[in-house]
Amino acid sequence: MTDQAKKSALLPVTRVSGRPIPLPGNDIDTDRIIPARFMTAITFDGLGELAFRDARFGADGKPIEHPMNDPRFQAKGPRVAIVNKNFGCGSSREHAPQAMWRWGVQALVGESFADIFFGNCVAMGIPCVTASEADVTALQRAVEADPSQDLVVDLDAMTATRGGTSVPVSMPEGARTQLLRGTWDATRILVDALPKVRETADRLPYVGGFAR
Amino acid sequence: MGKSLLDKVWERHSVRELESGQTQLFIGLHLVHEVTSPQAFAMIREAGLGVPFPDRTFATVDHIIPTDTQVRPLADGQAETMMSAIESNCREFGIRLFTPESGHQGIVHVIGPELGLTQPGMTIACGDSHTSTHGAFGAVAFGIGTSQVRDVLASQCLAIQRPKVRRVEVTGRLRPGVYAKDVILDVIRRLGVKGGVGFAYEYAGEVFDAMSMEERMTVCNMSIEGGARLGYVNPDRTTVEYLRGRSFSPTGDAFARAEAWWTSMASDPDASFDDRVSIDGGGIAPTVTWGINPGQAIGVDEKVPAAAAFAADERATVEDAYEYMGLAAGQAIAGTKIDVAFIGSCTNGRLSDLREAARVARLGRVKPGVKALVVPGSQAVARAAEAEGLHETFRAAGFEWRLPGCSMCLAMNPDKLSGRQVCASSSNRNFKGRQGSPSGRTLLMSPAMVAAAAIEGAVVDVRDFLSKAPA
Ligand code: SF4
Repeated sequence: MTDQAKKSALLPVTRVSGRPIPLPGNDIDTDRIIPARFMTAITFDGLGELAFRDARFGADGKPIEHPMNDPRFQAKGPRVAIVNKNFGCGSSREHAPQAMWRWGVQALVGESFADIFFGNCVAMGIPCVTASEADVTALQRAVEADPSQDLVVDLDAMTATRGGTSVPVSMPEGARTQLLRGTWDATRILVDALPKVRETADRLPYVGGFAR
Repeated sequence: MGKSLLDKVWERHSVRELESGQTQLFIGLHLVHEVTSPQAFAMIREAGLGVPFPDRTFATVDHIIPTDTQVRPLADGQAETMMSAIESNCREFGIRLFTPESGHQGIVHVIGPELGLTQPGMTIACGDSHTSTHGAFGAVAFGIGTSQVRDVLASQCLAIQRPKVRRVEVTGRLRPGVYAKDVILDVIRRLGVKGGVGFAYEYAGEVFDAMSMEERMTVCNMSIEGGARLGYVNPDRTTVEYLRGRSFSPTGDAFARAEAWWTSMASDPDASFDDRVSIDGGGIAPTVTWGINPGQAIGVDEKVPAAAAFAADERATVEDAYEYMGLAAGQAIAGTKIDVAFIGSCTNGRLSDLREAARVARLGRVKPGVKALVVPGSQAVARAAEAEGLHETFRAAGFEWRLPGCSMCLAMNPDKLSGRQVCASSSNRNFKGRQGSPSGRTLLMSPAMVAAAAIEGAVVDVRDFLSKAPA
């Protein structure tokens, strides 16, 4: 059974608490998160080790400076990534959030997210919340200075809290509702309406080959 | 108040509103390829779900397939495993798969349109971000992730939020030597790589009206590079004529009914939009990227811009781009030496692209030391090009003529850059490492510009190049 299937549907995601890790930079594309050469496989297994591979290791295989290599950010357990603008742009590859999730990232706080990446995360039960540029930058700095305190993303209160400090975060209402109600895995809900789906299909002239 | 095409398609395909505020949207055409589907099929199997509309899904192999020889078993064991997986998955669930033996294999976004599967007014989804290509027909076409591929297989639906619509008007006429690729690179340069997040782009105006379907596909293809998950052009005569006689197009009276329905889906003249922009098409130059995202683009006659010319929060990416690309602010982009030239991909791997590149290839020979590849987007494109002798033109000029596939667009196959090679590429992404080498460098441009760069061994303005040639 895949990990994804184990993380069963109808599991509300209201609050994610984890070790924060800043992944600074705008327009971080999904090729950067998981290079295509690691996608020649029929499962998502083992992608965690390969997340940000080329940003973390040089051609000689030696580690280069990157937050994911920084000893201060190696504590095990759930993690919350702090990112900047347009995170996850480019390729639709779900391998990208799958790699991050397998590396422990269970929530992201950022200035903005690319549409497909955001949708993929929702479908995996990973909240991506946005905060203002000032709050995100301040949070990244604070975490750099002291990585030891957990960051808590609360979808009820719509806050990201670290130590005694909370900042307001936002998320499109639809996605938030899905996470809070545990309906982020949409498959069952969609399948439930199959009779209505067939009615909709029957009303579309092209489905019948424009026979009428 | 009139409706936009997006409004109309959304209404017709909406199954119901979900509690989350999203729409359960019926997907008229689902396209599948070997990289983003195996996990989805596995999830379907594990959850004990079926595929209720198998005849609305079509599959092909493009990303991992080699372009030198496609003889099975493939030399790369992992690639062979992926090939076998899509074959057995399609067999198990009754999905039609276009393998090389079928004669219809090719890049998923090339074969959908050429087979007539892609039609106006449809909703289309595919586990690939360049699904936006199909918007050229006035379809509402989304790139999706693997969990959503599972959703479409299981229910023929997506749970999705309706995007806003921005009308992107390009007026006037393009100058000679300026192609559809230049138009979309210019749009992204102006509106930014994140400008389209949350939007569908409706492309309108004289420039798009005058374009062929293949040119419209090039433009819609790269909507995602501007952050817009989808882009579309309203269906018109050009669209209808393109579809006439295609394998999956309706025939006879049904075609007449189809035509009426297709054109009725176009945006009404008084439709309202969430935003509008207008660009003068006459001002667009042949465009080249100099950086590490498709918005970092300039006219071929311009110089690499200074960091100070960008918004404060863009400067870090700009500095990163200078370093990665080995380019400095103020440096002319023309004259930048290249090692590899790649003509192909779902952006520019169609017959008209190959014709334009061949026009240039007739004017010289590939510079010694430059590796130049021409990879047709599909077997049908290859056949048509070969019937015109384009393969001979390319070979005579020193280009390699390959078998159809994604090839060096993303290098999940043996076609890869090595080390810090610089590639003039007709593909769509210049991201770090995109073409298979973690330090490889990509300059995006039109296929004609790539052919010119291959001959010159460096970035060159295709207009000067053409003017130097005997008439
Ligand atoms: S040609 Fe490139 S962009 Fe197009 S589907 Fe293939 S890999 Fe993706």
